[in-house]
Amino acid sequence: MPEKTWNHKKYLMPVIIALWFSFLFLPFKGIKAAILLFVILTFAIPLLKYALNLIKKIHLPADTFRGYVPSDKRYFFLLLVPLMTAPFFAEDYIIDVVINSGIYIILALGLNIVVGFAGLLNLGFVAFYAIGAYSYALINTKLGLGFWSAMPVSVLLTMLSGFLLAVPALRLRGDYLALVTLGFGEIVRLVLNNWDSFTKGPNGISGIMPPYIFNISLGKLSYYYYLVLIFVVISVFVIRRVHDSKTGRAWISLREDEIASSAMGINTTLYKLYSFAFGSFWAGLAGCLFAAKMRFISPESFSFMESVLILCMVILGGLGSIAGVVIGAVILVFLPEALRGVETYRMLAMGCGMVLLMVFRPQGLFGGKNVSIGS
Amino acid sequence: MSLLEVKALSKHFGGIRAIEEITFNTRSGIILSIIGPNGAGKTTLFNCLTGFLRPTKGSVVFSEKEISYLSADKINLLGISRTFQNIRLFKEMTVIENVMVAQHSKIRSGFLSAVIRSSNFKEEERIAKERSFEYLELLGIEAYAEKISGSLPYGAQRKLEIARALATEATLILLDEPTAGMNPQETDEMMARIKNLRELGKTIILIEHDMKVVMGISDRIIVLDHGVKIAEGVPYDIKNNPMVIEAYLGRETH
Ligand SMILES: Nc1ncnc2c1ncn2[C@@H]1O[C@H](COP(=O)(O)OP(=O)(O)OP(=O)(O)O)[C@@H](O)[C@H]1O
Ligand SMILES: [Mg+2]
Repeated sequence: MPEKTWNHKKYLMPVIIALWFSFLFLPFKGIKAAILLFVILTFAIPLLKYALNLIKKIHLPADTFRGYVPSDKRYFFLLLVPLMTAPFFAEDYIIDVVINSGIYIILALGLNIVVGFAGLLNLGFVAFYAIGAYSYALINTKLGLGFWSAMPVSVLLTMLSGFLLAVPALRLRGDYLALVTLGFGEIVRLVLNNWDSFTKGPNGISGIMPPYIFNISLGKLSYYYYLVLIFVVISVFVIRRVHDSKTGRAWISLREDEIASSAMGINTTLYKLYSFAFGSFWAGLAGCLFAAKMRFISPESFSFMESVLILCMVILGGLGSIAGVVIGAVILVFLPEALRGVETYRMLAMGCGMVLLMVFRPQGLFGGKNVSIGS
Repeated sequence: MSLLEVKALSKHFGGIRAIEEITFNTRSGIILSIIGPNGAGKTTLFNCLTGFLRPTKGSVVFSEKEISYLSADKINLLGISRTFQNIRLFKEMTVIENVMVAQHSKIRSGFLSAVIRSSNFKEEERIAKERSFEYLELLGIEAYAEKISGSLPYGAQRKLEIARALATEATLILLDEPTAGMNPQETDEMMARIKNLRELGKTIILIEHDMKVVMGISDRIIVLDHGVKIAEGVPYDIKNNPMVIEAYLGRETH
């Protein structure tokens, strides 16, 4: 008997979905188009499902790209040479994109601490990026503090906000945590957008100062490039070391099995909190670098799509893998630039890319393991 | 003097009385086995002792400290460690990393010394790794040290869980059916290893399904049935207790 009801469901679901879409379509294009859409969808959905099943049956070699990432530390110095000399031969446009990817690397590494290490799905990570950027912008423009004093304060403020979100949110698990973080991201954006007297609302804040070293402005693109490069190296270095310590092991144990983790004497709530605070630390830093580079920020830069983009970087490279996340960030910053010619389709292309990745390599390009998120 | 004193411990799930008014004591350095048929409440008792469930009533005193209201991690830090009936390893971590997680509270140097790699940090990491390796050797799974733990054969996973529980350096070790799913030879080997732990001065509470398995190694046995303690004593007495035979063995024969 259950066989039969199951079959019912299998054929009924596409019809219901098709009906729903057609109804949504009805007010815009009239009854004819809606009926056409209904008919197409009714057949297309099962076909799509069938195709997906076929795709799933194709087995790509289980080989991981990780093998191609040299693990020897000496290669790292080899990589430093082109990175150090880049501003001398690359054009400004490329340098600009590289700086952007540097900022995103820091941001994605921060999110990776929360999602990849501790296994907590955070859909509102952009909020911390925004708090870092706005803190720096406001401290700089209203109090006149320079980068080197305003940045640490902003980063600390961001960390504090990470704590404040984490304390109530960490009582929730899995999907609920994801929803609350998503809500937090939107709330922060809405506050920035509507608190005109303080944040200038949608007009944004302009006149942000770039960093100075001994009266030399780092606002010049090539100088700023080195500044970001140094911070990227620091972030990789610090996060790696924390990962290879008892803190990192505690985070990963939390992701793997929270119950067993607490049976090992680990205060799971505390370590979740640490992961939020440490993750938002880097988001705060990235925010400062962003604000100081652009000299102008507005709430537009901190939409939900930005959170999704950062999450994609982390997933693309492979949850939990530092090298993977760095490469994921670089790919997702450069790809839209490369696809500029086909502007209108690039979001679609990237979306398709992510879907294909999820189908074929759910562990990301460089993750060797199958990590699930949420609890 | 008792290491662990359980007094009138009850846990109810709605209408289900999973355990009811259970009282017993454990001396230091013995193997105490808890046996009983499916659903007798053995695992529930463990969960109450280790802070994974809050008891409905009753008290648990460990080393003269009331622990029934403490969280799981606090109880572990006081010196009670456990394994799980359905293995709970950190699957994506290597075997040695699994055990090193258990050394968590033994490592003092924090966040900053990890970032600057202070000599203190390096020394502590080295010691933790060495100790973890010793625990693997104790269970005879050191050959797997660098393997991803999820890829281990079933028996080795069970052993790793015990190694991990030991590595918290707890004095009281609770093992929930460590021989579940094992063949007779593996079961014998496991029992020999557990006996060995007693020689190392650990106190062990062992849950077992099969009464025959624990007869040889237990110093005391407690029999649970429908959440109630129906007998307690040395193995010989338990074997000949008519209530146990009726409630437990009697049911198993048909
Ligand atoms: N979280 C829970 N919620 C509701 N009922 C539960 C819960 N945990 C256990 N029970 C019930 O409590 C009773 C005792 O279960 P428990 O798992 O402690 O038995 P057990 O002796 O360990 O059995 P087994 O030998 O099968 O492991 C069972 O009736 C079970 O259904
Ligand atoms: Mg059980």
